[in-house]
Amino acid sequence: MAINVKVVDRPTGDVSYVRSALKGMALTFKHMVDPHKVTIQYPEEKHSLSARWRGTHRMLTTEDGKAKCVACGLCPTVCPANCIKLVPGEDENGNRYPLIFEIDEFRCIFCGYCQEVCPEEAIHLGRHYENAEYSREGFVYDLERLTAQTHPVTELWDPEDPKGQ
Amino acid sequence: MSAPVLLLQVANRQIEATGTGVFLISTLVKMLVVFTIYMVGVAMLTLAERKISAWIQDRHGPNRVGPHGLLQPAADGLKNIMKEETYPDAAYKPLFIIAPAMAFIPALTAWAVIPFASPLPTRWGLIPMVVADLPIGFLFILALTSLGVYGIVLAGWASNNKYSLLGGLRSSAQMVSYEIAMGLSTIPVLLLAGNVTLSVIIDQQAHGLYNILNLTIAFFIFMVAAFAETNRLPFDLPEAESELIAGYHTEYSAMKFSFFFIAEYANMVTASALMATMFFGGWDIPISGWENAAPYTALKTVATALMFAVKVMFFIFLFMWIRWTLPRFRYDQLMSLGWKFMLPLALGYIVVIASVMLGLDASGIEYGPLYGLALFGVNLALVMILFVMVDHGRIISPSYGRLDPRELEKLRGMRQRSALARRPDAKPAAGPTKPAATAGVTR
Repeated sequence: MAINVKVVDRPTGDVSYVRSALKGMALTFKHMVDPHKVTIQYPEEKHSLSARWRGTHRMLTTEDGKAKCVACGLCPTVCPANCIKLVPGEDENGNRYPLIFEIDEFRCIFCGYCQEVCPEEAIHLGRHYENAEYSREGFVYDLERLTAQTHPVTELWDPEDPKGQ
Repeated sequence: MSAPVLLLQVANRQIEATGTGVFLISTLVKMLVVFTIYMVGVAMLTLAERKISAWIQDRHGPNRVGPHGLLQPAADGLKNIMKEETYPDAAYKPLFIIAPAMAFIPALTAWAVIPFASPLPTRWGLIPMVVADLPIGFLFILALTSLGVYGIVLAGWASNNKYSLLGGLRSSAQMVSYEIAMGLSTIPVLLLAGNVTLSVIIDQQAHGLYNILNLTIAFFIFMVAAFAETNRLPFDLPEAESELIAGYHTEYSAMKFSFFFIAEYANMVTASALMATMFFGGWDIPISGWENAAPYTALKTVATALMFAVKVMFFIFLFMWIRWTLPRFRYDQLMSLGWKFMLPLALGYIVVIASVMLGLDASGIEYGPLYGLALFGVNLALVMILFVMVDHGRIISPSYGRLDPRELEKLRGMRQRSALARRPDAKPAAGPTKPAATAGVTR
């Protein structure tokens, strides 16, 4: 044995090998016949998401299909990642609406401040995680894309457990 | 036109077929059938291994290719054929190429002498259901399974890679160590049968007790040695992913890698078949005496073949089950287990069994129920001693770390001296007392 190797006195008097091996095999066999498997068969079967899951955005619409956004400018102001681009416009009745509303989902940190600050409950984070695009530009969602999303929206707190306990 | 008719002479169905023509054709057919079933079986075993490992780990395993993933082996095979063959610059090409075949061929050939069913009656006579019923069957298998190590060692050497070389070296040391225990463990079986022909060993078990009941300890040694011989966990040191990447096949790709894989599984099947043949009565159906009585029929052949398949599959399952249960041995543990425990145990066991047989012969007991019962009794006592009394202590312990107190003192002295050598100004007398003093304080 090499010099300076720590010599540990093993408790060989108390151990067995054959019986411990059999014990281990009993355990693995129990798991083998156990019908409960932890794998989720992904494309067919999906993980259930928390009500507070914060995924890619969705813009809610009014009954006539227009975005609820009134272009107040609160969300680009509060956004810590500076990922929302908003150009406000005004129609002939004096109602404000967004001319351009773009969210760069790559910049977004999914903090949920935009949803929290929105006075019209227009912009929401979504309970959604399957985001794939062929280009980086594809991740800049414009107003049309945001209103077209159909996935459920995030509840920033669980109504049954508002303090998150 | 008349030549084949003459070659295939019609004979009594219940008498063993004679004649070169019948022999040649029946052997060819048996070779083809056995080879096909064997290769398909080995391919399916890769799937079985993944499935069993998955179930043991609470997963589902491969289930995308075909129903329940049954076509996965086909997809894997196709992938391996399509893959690029890579040759390391520094490799010695001739051996690098030939090594996979050298690992693969002995594994496959060994199967030739294993009887897999009761004889099949045909209109040309009784055909024994074994590719080659060699009189030296068992020795043939021992010789061939030892040859398998050449493929692995040469693969390790020819790759010119340090991991591969270490894997090859480990494999050779491991095989040499366990070969001996394996050979010795089977001697009690051969003593009982009085023959090395596998069909005779089966016959002897069919007319008495199975060897597992008489020679449990021989089976235990044989099984452990078989695990080591086939490089399966807990003895997969030549491969040892966590230490040697992939050991001897680190540098191999595509079908050449696949061949090593097939060789491993083929070895496993052969070892399982051997265990079934030598200790579990081969193709004999337990208890019933129906299948080895004189009028042989095709039904009997099918039934015994299925029985044999069940026995072999059980051992294959055991191989996999143990693989996904036990962790790998350390190298020195492997060596001490082989040389310090298995070998003396096998030798001692031969002596015990030989004395018991001698005693039984001397007291005039013929081979029969009483003889078997006596052996069974002796076996029961030995099993109790080994697995209950001795196992409780230290002999079968995997950790050969227990040192003699004197040895321990010597090692600690060495440590002190080396520490002193590094600090020449320190007083020699202060050395040994210092650790003791600090130990006292901390307590």
